[in-house]
Amino acid sequence: MPDVTLTINGQAVTAAPGTLIIEAARRHGIEIPAFCYYEGYSLQAACRMCLVEIEKNPKLQPGCTMPVAEGMVVLTESPKVVETRKAMLEFLLSNHPLDCPVCDKGGECELQDMSFRYGAGESRFTELKVHGEEQQWSPVVYYDPARCILCYRCVRVCDEGLGVTALGTQNRGVISEIIPNAGDHLVCDECGMCIDICPVGALTSGTYRYKSRPWEMNHVGTICAHCSDGCKTTLAVRDGEILRGNNRDRSGINGEFLCIKGRYAFDFVRHPERLQSPLLRVNGELQPVSWSEALSAAAAKFNEVKARGGRFGVIGATRTTNEENYFLQKFARQGLGTANIDHRRSGDVVTLLDALSGRANALATVEDLYTAKAALVIGSDLAQQHPLFAFQLRANWRHHQLTAYVVTPGPVREDLYAARAIRSEAGKELEAAASLRDDLAKSQDLVILFGDAIKGDAVRRLVEFGDSLGIPVKYLCLVDYANSRGAMDMGLLPDLGPGYQPTQTRGLNWREMLADPALDVLWVVGEDPLEETALASANAFVVVQDLFLTETAKRADVVFPSASAYEKTGTVTNSAGQVQRLKQAAKVMGVKPDLDIMGLLAKEMGLNLGIWIPDKVFEEIRRTVRGYNVALPVIATGGAAQTGAADGRIPVTVPPELIRSAGDTLFTSGTLGRYSGMLRSVMEAPGTLYKP
Amino acid sequence: MLFNEPHPLEVKVLTRRFEYPNAEPIGIDRFLATRGYEGFRKALGMTPEQIIDEVKKSNLRGRGGAGFPTGMKWSFVPRQSPKPKYIVVNADESEPGTCKDRIILENDPHRLIEGVLIAARAINASRGWIYIRGEYRYLIAVVDKAIEEAYQHGFLGENIQGSGWTFHLSTHSGAGAYECGEESALLNSLEGLRGNPRLKPPFPATSGAFQCPTVLNNVETYSAVPDIILNGGEWYSNLGTPKNGGTRLFCLSGHVNRPGVYELPMGFNLLRLINEVGGGVRGGRKLKAVIPGGSSCPVLKAEECDLPMDHESLAKIGSMLGSGGVVVMDETTDMVKAMFRIMKFYAHESCGWCIPCREGTAWLKKLLGRLDEGLGVSTDIDLANELARNMLGKTFCALGDAAAMPTISFVEKFRGEFEAKLKSAQAQAPVPGAQPLAVL
Repeated sequence: MPDVTLTINGQAVTAAPGTLIIEAARRHGIEIPAFCYYEGYSLQAACRMCLVEIEKNPKLQPGCTMPVAEGMVVLTESPKVVETRKAMLEFLLSNHPLDCPVCDKGGECELQDMSFRYGAGESRFTELKVHGEEQQWSPVVYYDPARCILCYRCVRVCDEGLGVTALGTQNRGVISEIIPNAGDHLVCDECGMCIDICPVGALTSGTYRYKSRPWEMNHVGTICAHCSDGCKTTLAVRDGEILRGNNRDRSGINGEFLCIKGRYAFDFVRHPERLQSPLLRVNGELQPVSWSEALSAAAAKFNEVKARGGRFGVIGATRTTNEENYFLQKFARQGLGTANIDHRRSGDVVTLLDALSGRANALATVEDLYTAKAALVIGSDLAQQHPLFAFQLRANWRHHQLTAYVVTPGPVREDLYAARAIRSEAGKELEAAASLRDDLAKSQDLVILFGDAIKGDAVRRLVEFGDSLGIPVKYLCLVDYANSRGAMDMGLLPDLGPGYQPTQTRGLNWREMLADPALDVLWVVGEDPLEETALASANAFVVVQDLFLTETAKRADVVFPSASAYEKTGTVTNSAGQVQRLKQAAKVMGVKPDLDIMGLLAKEMGLNLGIWIPDKVFEEIRRTVRGYNVALPVIATGGAAQTGAADGRIPVTVPPELIRSAGDTLFTSGTLGRYSGMLRSVMEAPGTLYKP
Repeated sequence: MLFNEPHPLEVKVLTRRFEYPNAEPIGIDRFLATRGYEGFRKALGMTPEQIIDEVKKSNLRGRGGAGFPTGMKWSFVPRQSPKPKYIVVNADESEPGTCKDRIILENDPHRLIEGVLIAARAINASRGWIYIRGEYRYLIAVVDKAIEEAYQHGFLGENIQGSGWTFHLSTHSGAGAYECGEESALLNSLEGLRGNPRLKPPFPATSGAFQCPTVLNNVETYSAVPDIILNGGEWYSNLGTPKNGGTRLFCLSGHVNRPGVYELPMGFNLLRLINEVGGGVRGGRKLKAVIPGGSSCPVLKAEECDLPMDHESLAKIGSMLGSGGVVVMDETTDMVKAMFRIMKFYAHESCGWCIPCREGTAWLKKLLGRLDEGLGVSTDIDLANELARNMLGKTFCALGDAAAMPTISFVEKFRGEFEAKLKSAQAQAPVPGAQPLAVL
């Protein structure tokens, strides 16, 4: 249908038929104020702020529900409209407590802004206000009914956006209020989206309330340290301390979406057990020492073992940056001369890349999840393990009628809207997916998301199945943590170097290292392998870089206190292969980024491994790592750059049993999650992770 | 079951089976003996177009308050839609001053069922609900019994009267909300949702109950249909005035000698209704004001009351025919108190969905209560008027208007009484801006 032309405030405006007046105006720089209207969610027309004058219409009409029409003449600033707006604000403020000086929202409150712009200077309300007592609904969500203006944004984001439906309304008239549907507490994802979307200070965050004024903080956009979805979280920092996380500017691949981890689980940064000094084993006991002492002890041992041709084992992490991982493998391979380098793998990206080699456009991005016509989820409880991907698919279903298919061992939240949900035993997922062949082939395109249930040869068979459908298919291999994907890309693998280039010799994988009784040095950067597996070599010299005294760190001879993702710069790569940049938000005394620790160690050993500044290392990565020649401005400005696919075959030698997801829920995050008081405070993960 | 003594001026159509003093609702036997279900039998032999044409010809207008032409409403239903079509009866009679649906349900429930059946035939509906307000709980039993009788006699269920057509009907209780008399809020409530009004369009005719095409009318509207089909639309239309067909039930209450529900032709003179049918103002006092169609209609001063009771005449003087609830107020009435009482109702019943109604009714209630208690200040009267005008036409549904319109009319037509309250207040309590007493 051709666009329609209308006039708004005398300005000719064209818009697609069906566009709402408020949107058409917004796109032409004309603001029509609104509280209840929220892009992407159902229409309410409850706040009456957006009432506009439409020629030939006796009554004012809400701009948020009235679609544009050919020849329509709209006035958004006529005296009648302005007076009405003022009246609505007067009504709203009549029962709204004017506790702005102590309200968390003060300074970034939509009601304040609207009153400032459109409101009356004087209040005529002299009656007693209706008051309701503040309620705590969960460790992270508080509700103040007096401040609530009943725009129902929270109800909609919870119901429509998340599919949780934890919120509702009770009572009527002026004493209406929002309530948890469970009664006096929330049974939900604790994602805090309701707090974020609240235009006033009615919903407040347990971690942030009454702590700061918004203008006292620096707002640092960085990438969440937890799962592999790669959400951008804007951390508000005062005096080096993170006070809250949100993403109100909708930058990043997640828009404004964040789950509990991205929004609240930054408190590990200031956990009392955080290591803030290097430790050295003296007389069998770990004791705090200076950096130079610790560095020289480790460097001396490394040099000694290297000189006598001893055995090193190097284990990297899935939360350290690409720069650190790249530098670590370079250190191991060039500096220590060992091929024994590995990390804990949680998804078979390698086999997928090999199966897809030479193909462009077969790797799905987060954006694809929102635009694809059909999606097939195999062996993952997305709402629990990959909340952003779950949110994207659900938004796709709401806005574009995505056809979703689910193949999982037990119920998942996607069942609610999936066209078909199949329960399948472990190992039989592909057969179950094959039964969907006819349905899938009808779609215009398809995205397949799969977890660690599909690995090794199964990945190849999945790609063959996708090819046989005769439609464009994109794949997304789900991995666990913020840089699980990057660790593989950077070559923390015993048989593959950066960019999956085969190495000349195949080293030991991490299980083999731990089982090797002749291992001389075990160097662990940000990982805790001894948590589940014992170290066979009793005499191994163990060097650990970590935030906390983990099981592995307790066995170490030297421990370096490292900085977390929120305390350093660098890049990380999410499940979908999108590279994004970390920015330093918090400051913690006594720690150093892993890259600095490695650089200093190299210096102490007398090695020349190049400059260890993140930007410089990333330059080297762009030059040398296959697929990472991404546009710098995209990353520098906080965007996500998709890494290219591997364009040649990759020899895959990894035993599939080494690939295993940690099976985190929405409220756990591996070792790191154990040090987040907020994650530990919420009662239990909602929904089900494959319970019957 | 109670019913007031009939009056000779009444034209008995809807109430033709009523007997005074009757003790029992009219059962199916007596109903059938008095040409009951004959209109429906006739409709079975008619096409949907013929039925709708006959209703259009009758000039029957919705009796719930808005007065929308019924035949036209039915013709909006897309009969070719593959979705099931539904009939919903609005028996959520909650407008203060109105009690007409109640006497139909109480005395002649089969008349309603027959009207529903004819409407269902006209749109080829398969299912219907009678949404009865929660406070009418005792009437649900009466209607349920009538529905059961209709099932037993083959007027409801499968293959109705051998026609091969299936239609099911049941009652559904409201939970005590005025707002659920608004059609879209009623549908939400019927579906088990919160009784908030819905965005319109879509209107119920295209997307009503459970997103299916739905005809939703008032009890009295459906109840007029059997006689329209039986005697022809023209016959019915001729009972009233040209644009206002038929008769309607006027619920006469307040300061009259003979309050009650009277069936009179449309266009009956209001003064005659009070003085002749109602036996005049109680105690021989002078008439002060009349609310012509339920509390949401702008009030009329005594001198405005010499007019025919039809939609156009009342609209001309700025009021509405509304739901037929005529509330008579004599010279002793305290108009400020009356307005406060009305606003108390609307503040209590506002669903809270939109800002101007939710906050406006609560504010006005407090303000009017303060004025009534003699604690008003000089700016309060204009403020009340202005707040009501800020609500008028700006709320999500008509409830806000229903609260605003009487306020504006009371303040403008009886401003003297409001000012007198101020003066007496100043005499008694000379402290301006004293603390209000009315707290929700």
